[in-house]
Parts: sequence; structure tokens; C-alpha cells
Amino acid sequence: MNMENEKVIKTHELTKKFGQFVAVDGISFDVMKGEIFGFLGANGAGKTTAMRMLCGLSLPSSGDATVAGYDIYRQTESIKKNIGYMSQKFSLYEDLTVRENIRFYAGIYGLSDNRIREKTAILLEQLHMEQQQNSLVRSLPLGWKQKLAFSIAIVHDPAIVFLDEPTGGVDPVMRKEFWSTIYEASDKGITVFVTTHYMDEAEYCNRVCIMVDGRIEALDSPGRLIDLYAAPSMDQVFLQLARTAKRRDE
Amino acid sequence: MEQPAKKEKGVVVENIVRRYHTKKETITALNGISFSAGEGEIFGIIGPDGAGKTSLFRILNTLLLADEGRASVNGFDVVKDYRKIRQCVGYMPGRFSLYQDLSVQENLEFFAAIFNADIKKNYALIKDIYSQIEPFKTRKAGQLSGGMKQKLALSCALIHRPDVLFLDEPTTGVDALSRKEFWEMLRRLKQQGITILVSTSYMDEAGLCDRVALIQKGKILSVNSPAGVRKAFPKPLWAVKATEMYRLLNDVKRQPAVESCYPFGQYHHLTFKSPGNDRELLEGILKDGDYTHTEIKTILPDIEDCFMALMNE
Repeated sequence: MNMENEKVIKTHELTKKFGQFVAVDGISFDVMKGEIFGFLGANGAGKTTAMRMLCGLSLPSSGDATVAGYDIYRQTESIKKNIGYMSQKFSLYEDLTVRENIRFYAGIYGLSDNRIREKTAILLEQLHMEQQQNSLVRSLPLGWKQKLAFSIAIVHDPAIVFLDEPTGGVDPVMRKEFWSTIYEASDKGITVFVTTHYMDEAEYCNRVCIMVDGRIEALDSPGRLIDLYAAPSMDQVFLQLARTAKRRDE
Repeated sequence: MEQPAKKEKGVVVENIVRRYHTKKETITALNGISFSAGEGEIFGIIGPDGAGKTSLFRILNTLLLADEGRASVNGFDVVKDYRKIRQCVGYMPGRFSLYQDLSVQENLEFFAAIFNADIKKNYALIKDIYSQIEPFKTRKAGQLSGGMKQKLALSCALIHRPDVLFLDEPTTGVDALSRKEFWEMLRRLKQQGITILVSTSYMDEAGLCDRVALIQKGKILSVNSPAGVRKAFPKPLWAVKATEMYRLLNDVKRQPAVESCYPFGQYHHLTFKSPGNDRELLEGILKDGDYTHTEIKTILPDIEDCFMALMNE
């Protein structure tokens, strides 16, 4: 972890309304450079809406935020160029090869041809996938796809990478390797913003924030939250808070 | 002469093999699986995607034929007595399989009609679950949230009062609170004497089952109670942490005496090849590396630790 006290995400009273419905209700928090930050909440808590604003996909109703130094009202295009995104459902192109997928996404992110060549070589080596570079992604085991998807999500060296339930379904060894890769990215100074329903994933984060009914109800390291709520695990911390929600499942 | 299947209640699986053939290759999805789940038991099939969980469920639900081996459900053979099995099991497939453009109520009525079941007569069984979605009974199933879809699917799978309930990854993609409530519902169903086979790729759910089969690449690694699985872990397990988690992971892995080291949330878990002066060794690593906010302790393994140890055997 390499926190240089540099805030890569800053939000102040960030709010999003849909008509009368306040999906995100004045949230204020900072995320540091290189931090692994968990963003948790039950369905309907406002996680997705908040994340869409931070990714420059949706304009706030009020409040302020900067992401990677860019304003989320006026500089959404710059934000998009400086973040990466990966979800469990995020699919690489199954009928393109490993190499073609890397080239495709690197091209989308505007890397030069030279840089794409360099990056491809580096990624293939890091992933130990030289042998598979010309295999269709479809033929790869799920765990390999996830690692490849993560590497591609950071192919343009973004300041922040957003991970949406990144490790579902893979075997435990693959999962651990995946988290090692995330630690490595964080160690290099990439900020990792993780949303997940699975509290064991939350425990990998340096800090987690828990949203309830559009507000941030808790924000601290997993260890301190567990102490604060006198809970045996993050799972129990989450359940204590999520049960107080008024809006759920509608 | 083939022996008759045992007239055992619950679920009995004996040496089931199932292969899939593509033009290029043959994939063995199930490679000689055997276990039995007793009547009234919550039995978990725990393993990652691709382990063979869904193939197994489809065989037990008489929707797929095994290449080898045999299985019985509630005393009925999955091949010969498939019609009887279909009447006495409830099946909730991994993919939401209700009619999206029928309402909540219409779906329930449809499934009750198919099984010749009387909703009023069996309502007590599903009341606990269905009452939570009843306020939305006119809403189309396709427009429900994930948690509500799951409750409706479970209600529909139960409306004919099955003896055995098969749930294929029921909690995938569902939020932590709904998951918790779902497992509480399963506990109450068990009390009504229903045998429940449930699959999941989330290791932390194993602890909620009476017994589990850990499955990987079509083979069973272990069948035991969750406590039994954890007890069988072969070695002392250590947990270490420091502020510098990534460097620590690499430092520990480099030690020749260390057998395995994996990140586990706030800690790294590790075992030694031959236990000895483990603590001194770890203290040495932490001191030499100038780590901050360090902690070393021995811990009990969780199911994920055990699964990995079994995978590496």
C-alpha cells in the first residue's frame, strides 16, 4: 500500500435525485491514492447510482466531487480516460484471441501502436499467457479470464480501477491469485474501488464504506468497524446496518 | 443383472460420470461422484464454476442422463422412476426460470396447476416466504428485484410440497442481507422435514449446511460436516498481517520453509512444510522487513483454507 496522502476521489455532499426519490443523499468521502476501497450496500442503497456518477456516466443533482483530479460535472470525458472498470459480468470478447482483446481495449483507450505492442508483451509475460496469446478467450478457464480482464481494465495505467464483484465463481486458489494481483496494482499506486455483496471480499479492503438508504452509515477499516460494532466479522457489521434500511427491494 | 436401487430416502449418488463431447474434445464434467444426503438434511454442494454442480443437479432432477453410475432420489431411480421423481422434487435452477411476463401470483398458480397442487392446502409451507412478495403479487416477475425473484422462485418450487428440494446456486448475485434471510428460510424448511440439496460457489455458505460435499473439476474432494472438514485440516494454520500486505505476501512466499501463503482479507494465511519454530520464523520476517502494525496468530481454518489444501493434495 502506497498512500501518499493524495486524494484520488473527493466527494462533498454528493446527491442524486430521481424526481422525489433521493437515490444518493449527500455523501462525503475521500479515497486515497493506492487505497483498496470497498463500497458496500444492500440492493437499493444507492451504490450503483453513486458509482455511475464517479465514473462520469451520470450527473449529480447537487454536491461536488473530483475523480482523478477531474470535476464530475464538467470533465466527465477526462474521468473516463483515467479510470478502468471491470465486473464479473464484464466480458472480454469471447471470439477474439487474448492478444486481440488486449489490442482492442488498448486501442479504445487511445494507446499508440508502439505502446500497444509494448503493453501486450508486458501483459502476456506478467500473466504467463504467452502460450495462449492466440487462443480465443472463450477457451480460457474462468480464473484466467478474470485476471486477463483485470489487466486489460488497467492497460491504460488509470488512476483508479472500479471492480464490481470481481471474484465470484472462481476456485479459491484463483481467487487468492486475483487478490494478489489487486494488491500488486495497489502497491503500484493504482486506487482500487471495489463494490461487492460478499463481505469476505470486503475484508481485503483498506477501508470500506457502507451505504444505507442513500447515505454513508459507516466508513473505516474492516478491523475498526468490527471493533466498533462489536461484531465477529464484516458480514455481521453489514447485516446490523443493512437491517436498519427503510427502503429495500422495490 | 443390475441390482435394484436402494430404497433409501434422501439422495444417493453412486459413481456418477457424465461427459460432454464437442468436435475437438471430450470434457468430463462429473468424474465418478458418490455421496448420500440423508432425509431432512441440508446438504451443500460446494465448488467453483465448472466443478460440475449443475450437471449433477440436472441428473438428479431427471433432466440429463449420466454416462455411468446410478442415483436415486427419495428412493426412486433417476432413470427408471423419473416420473415419480418429478412429482416429489422441487427444483430451482441457477438461472431464473419463471415466466417473466406473468405476474407473481400467476406464476405461483401456474406451477401449482402443473403439479395438481392446492395453493390453499400447501400455503402454510410457503407463507413465510410468499408473504414477503405478496404485496407485489400483480407485478410481472421480470420486474422484481433479485431478492424477490429468488423468493418467488422458491415459492414456486415448493408449492407442491416436495420431499426433496434442489437449489442450484440460489444466492449468486443476491445481496448479503437477502442471502442471510434465504438461509434462514432454508432452516425453517428443513424443520418441516424437507431434504435440501443446495449448491454454491461461496465457501462461507458451507458452514450453514449440515453436511457438505466439496467438489472441484468433477471430483469430490471431501464429504463431511463443516466442522469435520475444518478438523481434518492437516497442519497448524497461521495468520499474519501488517500495513504492507503485498510486500509481506511476497516475503513470506519466498521462505523455503513456507508451504503455502494466501491473502485472506485482513490477514495472510500460511502453513509450513514441517511445523517447528514457526512463530520465531514469522517474527523474524516481520522484523527484518521493518513491517508496521504487525500481528501473528494461529487460527482455525475456514472452509476456503480446507478447500485449497484439498485441491493441492
